[in-house]
Amino acid sequence: MTTVYVPRDSAAVSVGADDVASAINRATGDDVTVVRNGSRGMLWLEPFVEVETPRGRVGYGPVSASAVDELLANGLLTGDDHPLCHGPVEELPWMKDQQRLCFARVGVTDPFSTTAYEEHGGLVGLRRALELEPAAVIAEVTESGLRGRGGAGFPAGIKWKTVLETEGPLKFICCNADEGDSGTFADRMLMEGDPFCLIEGMTIAAHAVGASEGYLYIRSEYPDAVAALRRAIDIAYSQGWLGENILGSGLRFDLFVRVGAGAYICGEETSMLESLEGKRGMVRSKPPIPAITGLFGKPTVVNNVLTLASVPKILADGGAAYSALGVERSRGTQVFQLAGNIARGGVFETAFGISLGELINGYGGGTLSGRPVRAVQVGGPLGSYLPADRFDLPMDYEAFAGADAMLGHGGIVVFDDTVDMSAMARFAMEFCAEESCGKCTPCRVGSVRGVEVIDKITGGEDPDGNLALLNDLCELMTEGSLCAMGSLTPNPVRSALDHFPDDFTARATRTEKEAE
Amino acid sequence: MAVESSGASVAERVRAVVDAHRDDRGALLPILHGIQAEFGYIAAEVIPILAAELNISRADVHGVVTFYTDFRSEPAGTATVKLCRAEACQSVGAEQVVADTEQVFGVKLGQTTPDGSVTLDQVFCLGNCALGPAAQVNGRLYGRINRSRLVEILASAETRAASPTTENGAGS
Repeated sequence: MTTVYVPRDSAAVSVGADDVASAINRATGDDVTVVRNGSRGMLWLEPFVEVETPRGRVGYGPVSASAVDELLANGLLTGDDHPLCHGPVEELPWMKDQQRLCFARVGVTDPFSTTAYEEHGGLVGLRRALELEPAAVIAEVTESGLRGRGGAGFPAGIKWKTVLETEGPLKFICCNADEGDSGTFADRMLMEGDPFCLIEGMTIAAHAVGASEGYLYIRSEYPDAVAALRRAIDIAYSQGWLGENILGSGLRFDLFVRVGAGAYICGEETSMLESLEGKRGMVRSKPPIPAITGLFGKPTVVNNVLTLASVPKILADGGAAYSALGVERSRGTQVFQLAGNIARGGVFETAFGISLGELINGYGGGTLSGRPVRAVQVGGPLGSYLPADRFDLPMDYEAFAGADAMLGHGGIVVFDDTVDMSAMARFAMEFCAEESCGKCTPCRVGSVRGVEVIDKITGGEDPDGNLALLNDLCELMTEGSLCAMGSLTPNPVRSALDHFPDDFTARATRTEKEAE
Repeated sequence: MAVESSGASVAERVRAVVDAHRDDRGALLPILHGIQAEFGYIAAEVIPILAAELNISRADVHGVVTFYTDFRSEPAGTATVKLCRAEACQSVGAEQVVADTEQVFGVKLGQTTPDGSVTLDQVFCLGNCALGPAAQVNGRLYGRINRSRLVEILASAETRAASPTTENGAGS
């Protein structure tokens, strides 16, 4: 009996993994078990087929359905050499050089197998947490140095402590799975590839702060993640991992999936809470903070998927082991996502401190187009654009803040030298205008004016005057907006202006020359 | 999510969706998703029924429906094509894919072809940022999209629609 792995991750399926799995099933029959695992995160190799052999799992990719017969005839089932064969997967530099804590099981196991989950270290963290007093659980999380992975980087332990210390008969755990930032897909991959890990993390949080209900707010653009979590939650209930008397501890915790409806702003935590309450996703003023007055006015933990999914490992191995990784105040690992115009894109989990250049040129292999890298946007649509001469920057929260940039959710989008940075700056404003909740004027109106002013600059209409106006506008949006949407939109605009000023004026000059 | 609908009036069908979510906290979003799954869109006539059932104002319901991009006020085409226009897909030519697709179908983003076969929409990020340009066709994700691949996908989507038992439906 041979075991073959074909990912079920939607990125793998998006380039034909389902067809590959069917082709293998058809050609092999009962001698072969096809396991649908998550993705290893080497997305340029998808569909990436692995076969269990005495020397470990051997990988082939990218495999198309039409190549399956030929691969089988040439010894796929015994891990034989082939132009598409990459050898033992664990020995590939991309895999070997990572420190996979959060993503330890993603791509390795069948996401819905409870036995595989426990065999690979699942539930160890929850079992240990349930033996500890809530305050002791929080002490571990605080000691680990874990900071919110959604982008803001707020220390998770402090947030949890506030919720624990706020009295109330009803408290909530909300998982923000509204991963709307372009260039980020780690939340999606974790939800599809290891949903039990997220459920375990939320259950630990519930025990730590005294919450009895949890909500997973997943964006509607991720139907496969929604289906995966719903299925995993049903299984977890049947195993006694959710519901009453979890693992015999007396803890009760109920978990529900809620689906967003196509609003980027609902990734902002207070807007997400409004949406969960069945309202328009309008941002709330802070204070009060959600930890004290959150969902339906109750004390609420709001954490990102990766924050909560990091918790089981922290509890299993202790906070000190986690904080031994990383640099300065960025402790532990971050799941970096290489995206956009990149030869080898995917997820790469490693300790904070690796340089931007190592990730993009080293592991990522430069651009997909083969042209030089011109600009990189880190941290989603509200993150700054960096030129290729800043590749020395270490990936940690403070180093990025020092360079007027932000790490955000760890997404890195690469652009080659054909990019027009004035168009990207204009898009940042256009996106803000499209997605603003409309509550505060700097964001709602500023973004519309931003598009107009950039059009005037690139159209050659009083460039100096309009550049000054754009700078004024950016400052006003930064200082005057209610939430990160309006206050961070100037990041991509100003960084594009600072690093690539020629893109804004050259077009006007070009047009004049053409007119002559 | 499917609600038994043979011969039932619109109001009965709406109430059935509401009843399925009676015990949910802040149930309006799940209900609206349910209504859209039942009818394909959220018609103006549904709003007063929802308001009465949930004991909130019609303005409240209308406000929520119009806030979220997903909720349609009129039916979509047989196939819904969502093209990603976010930064990562732009870096590998998404804008060209949008232009090509608009030309192929003769409609702009946000419009449905006159024969009702295809609705074209934009979307900002489908989480397939290393395999862009990305698109979602009838809820299924596709990567490395270009003009010819999209035409192929739509042809096979029609075949699938004719025989609705798909192996790996992405539905919720």
